[in-house]
Amino acid sequence: MVHTNLEGSLFEPTLYIVKGMCILDNEGNRILAKYYDKDILPTPKEQKAFEKNLFNKTHRANAEIIMLDGLTCVYKSNVDLFFYVMGSSHENELLLQSVLNSLYESVSILLRRNVEKRVLMDNLDAVMLAFDEICDGGVILDSDPSSIVGRAALRGEDVPLGEQTVVQVMQRVNDLFWEIFKN
Amino acid sequence: MSSFRRDKKEEEDTGGNIFQNLDKTALLQEARYFNSTPVNPRKCVQILTKIIYLLNQGEKLTTQEATDIFFATTKLFQSKDVVLRRLVYLCIKELSSMAQDVIIVTSSLTKDMTGKEDLYRAAAIRALCSITDSTMLQAIERYMKQAIVDKNPAVSSAALVSALHLSATVPELVRRWVNDAQEAIMSDNAMVSYHALAVVAGARKNDRLSTVKLVTKLSRSPLRSPFALCLLVRYAAKLAEEDQTEASEPYLEFIECCLRHKSEIVVYEAAHAIVNLRKSARDLAQAVSVLQIFCGSSKATLRLAGARTLAKLTTKHPNAVAACAVDLENLISDPNRSVATLAVTTLLATGAESSIDRLMKQISTFMSEISDEFKIVVVRAIRRLCTKYPRKHQSLASFLAGMLRDEGGVQYKTAIADAIIALIEENPDAKETGLAHLCEFIEDCEHTSLAVRILYVLGREGPKARQPSRYIRYIYNRVILESGPVRAAAVSAVARFGATCEDLLPNISVLLARCQLDDDDEVRDRAIFFSAILNSNDPQLISDYITNVPTPNPVLLEKALHDHLRLNPDKPFNILSVPSSEPTKEPEEAPVQIETRKQPVVSLEELYSEQLKVVPGIEKLGPPFKTCKAIDLTEPETEYRVRCVKHIFARHLILQFECLNTLSDQLLEKVRVRLESAPGYKILCEVPCEQLPYDKQGSVFCLLEFPRGPIETLGTFGATLEFSVRDCDPTTGLPDGGDGYSDTYPLEEVDVGCAEQFRAHVAPDDWEASWERAASAAEASDTFVLSQSDINEAASAVCDHLGLPKAAISGDAVKEIRGGGLWREGTPMLVRARLVASQGSVTMKLTARSPREDVATLLLAAVG
Repeated sequence: MVHTNLEGSLFEPTLYIVKGMCILDNEGNRILAKYYDKDILPTPKEQKAFEKNLFNKTHRANAEIIMLDGLTCVYKSNVDLFFYVMGSSHENELLLQSVLNSLYESVSILLRRNVEKRVLMDNLDAVMLAFDEICDGGVILDSDPSSIVGRAALRGEDVPLGEQTVVQVMQRVNDLFWEIFKN
Repeated sequence: MSSFRRDKKEEEDTGGNIFQNLDKTALLQEARYFNSTPVNPRKCVQILTKIIYLLNQGEKLTTQEATDIFFATTKLFQSKDVVLRRLVYLCIKELSSMAQDVIIVTSSLTKDMTGKEDLYRAAAIRALCSITDSTMLQAIERYMKQAIVDKNPAVSSAALVSALHLSATVPELVRRWVNDAQEAIMSDNAMVSYHALAVVAGARKNDRLSTVKLVTKLSRSPLRSPFALCLLVRYAAKLAEEDQTEASEPYLEFIECCLRHKSEIVVYEAAHAIVNLRKSARDLAQAVSVLQIFCGSSKATLRLAGARTLAKLTTKHPNAVAACAVDLENLISDPNRSVATLAVTTLLATGAESSIDRLMKQISTFMSEISDEFKIVVVRAIRRLCTKYPRKHQSLASFLAGMLRDEGGVQYKTAIADAIIALIEENPDAKETGLAHLCEFIEDCEHTSLAVRILYVLGREGPKARQPSRYIRYIYNRVILESGPVRAAAVSAVARFGATCEDLLPNISVLLARCQLDDDDEVRDRAIFFSAILNSNDPQLISDYITNVPTPNPVLLEKALHDHLRLNPDKPFNILSVPSSEPTKEPEEAPVQIETRKQPVVSLEELYSEQLKVVPGIEKLGPPFKTCKAIDLTEPETEYRVRCVKHIFARHLILQFECLNTLSDQLLEKVRVRLESAPGYKILCEVPCEQLPYDKQGSVFCLLEFPRGPIETLGTFGATLEFSVRDCDPTTGLPDGGDGYSDTYPLEEVDVGCAEQFRAHVAPDDWEASWERAASAAEASDTFVLSQSDINEAASAVCDHLGLPKAAISGDAVKEIRGGGLWREGTPMLVRARLVASQGSVTMKLTARSPREDVATLLLAAVG
């Protein structure tokens, strides 16, 4: 469905701009990843190999953008998280950059600026919803972080850890303990 | 309390990660919890999150497992919890491709998408459209139209994006929503207007006139959304590209207007379009200055965008790029290595000869800091530089040699070796130094494949050098020190010296004799083989088996051997029947790029061998001798486009007609080509093309047998395309009920000449000797007066006729064309032509020698 003409030099008038988005941890393991083009990295195996390669090439150099395997990848990292947005190498890089910015900013708001793996894992459901609100099948659905967050962070009763009572914390830890125990 | 502390500690250790070590079977058990009532949202959210996480990690579910989870998930529609509901949608989307009977949730989703809760509606529309099929869509069409113009931007966007996805499968349905989408373009919300524009323009993409109207209208009333503007710029640019006349001026003006937009995205989009559209350097000035500013930006993405677009200009307007040299030089030390490499390669491509030395000095500091793949890009840029400025070979070669000594992977080393070899081949002045660098390199080369290649080059080029004996020591050192494959290659290289340099022959014989005691079978075999041939003193043998050995195309050789074993394993195999591999031509590539990817070079024969399998009895014809380039049999802009590809076999000819139907309202059936055969040819069979839908290429094959005598093979075939037409719906491509009517379409004639039947090559280095050896063979000779008045034109026309490359031409006032080749049945031939211009006309004396006189005469007849 997505037609990328590498011969022609003009950008293709298409909405299918994002080929993939992912968040990796500081060892290059996938936390979340979505690929939107059936022809690009169709199997999980190829995707993971690509992610490893991408991580190895980017985790030390904080250089914002890299061309890899025919894809333009823009990236940003914080503490132990790496955010990537991939697009065709024949695509407006700044559009991809704006997708990355909205991804990072939305996640950052969702995590109350504590952009690190632990906090992200605790809020994985909201981050998944944010992914879904940013990009639908390769089409940029929304780029405004506040409206993305408005539709992804829905849990009213979720109070930040510091403001929870001791009983609440104990209750939550207990829940988690049983969870782990049962597994 | 102590237990609590321990819990807390354990949690720390695992990083608080309940998602670690998830197990699929356990999770499937957990999913049963969804069935319990009342639903516990918190717990269900957690399980759902785990399921989606597991799927996201690439875990495979069987259809049964996916269906089980899917049905369990549908139970959760009972809960009113927002997060839970949203995760259910997400899960439905993830599972829709794996589970069965997913349409069962249609009614629940339809209820949500028409309900009051805005948070549900948008997501429900997207989930619904990802599971539904065209029949179900009719039922929700009314809701979709309403949703497109909904006040809530999220709902409107969701409907529009879903419509866009659906337009790939059911375009005619989506086309009915265009009026609503049109309304949405003017929405205040940036995203809605972006999505709506894509839906409207997408529905009209085959209708140029209404696209023109749309773009013209929108370019006057400025869109607020930067994304929508980018898309509009792309449509405008496309229109301007298709129509190169004055009429495209308004589009270009609009795009230039966008250069002053406040959003960088739009500015870049416009600059990129202008760089690709505008012809004259003056028109480019504005865009180039914008890109220059980008190059100085603090954001790496902007710098890369600027540098990349400037780099693209190098082929068309090197001067425009040269003016930005200062900006690019600043980028050489850029922390982003992609940007730095681009800047360097662009500078190398545009720099003047005088500035090369300075640039090389700058690069050498930068080379140690970049990764191998970027180094390869730089090496390629230097290689092009060698071609551009042959006089600079000294400094460039020493620079390459320096890099060869540095650390690096095999690909990087190969790229450098390739560059040096290319330099040796192209530039006679650089030969000696280049070979010396290579010799030095193989002294300490850990990559077997590379060492073998270099030894081959030394064997080929070394004997032609001023002092061939210098290289023998290097090569013989390999025999003493290296592994089996390298030793074998070294033996072959040494043998070539023996074959070409007679004064070295006694020494070479001694070396080869020593190699006959080697441990490795291959090395011993080669040494004995070459010794025997060299000792025979037969120049023909030496030429055929040492100096001018044909290298068959490996893919075709494998196929030919397979066919041979299957059909007649008892007969000897003739290796000459396999097309030899062409010297690999560098694919035309953009001069500056940052990625090091190489398209594999595939020969025409390999390309078509798969398609030819449909011809019955093809395997009996033997391997294809040659596949010729396709020739157009119709004008480029006609209803039906037909190209003819000639496949030559030893005694047969296959004409492949590649047909393309460019009428969207027609379906062609039973397409065949009626041939008026040239005398002597026998049409053996014909494979028609049963169906030729719009815009899909189909092929008709005709198998013919060549006439016995080579002279009779020259001929012309009249050709007519015959088919029956059925009218069909242009959007769906489905034919109407009628039977259709038959029709014909005249094609241009197909010529079979001389060039097709020969695999010709440029004269080998020892051409004089082979020509003399062939003196005993049959010779045909004649003098022609050519129609061309210019001697250069005449020479290249003769080359075309004989199928020789232009490199076969030598000489100035008296042009001499020398070449050799192989006729389709395996007979070798040599040909020489001398052309002299006199009194406004060109006279040519053409002589052909071949063991078969009729083949020699064929060459002459083709010209006459």
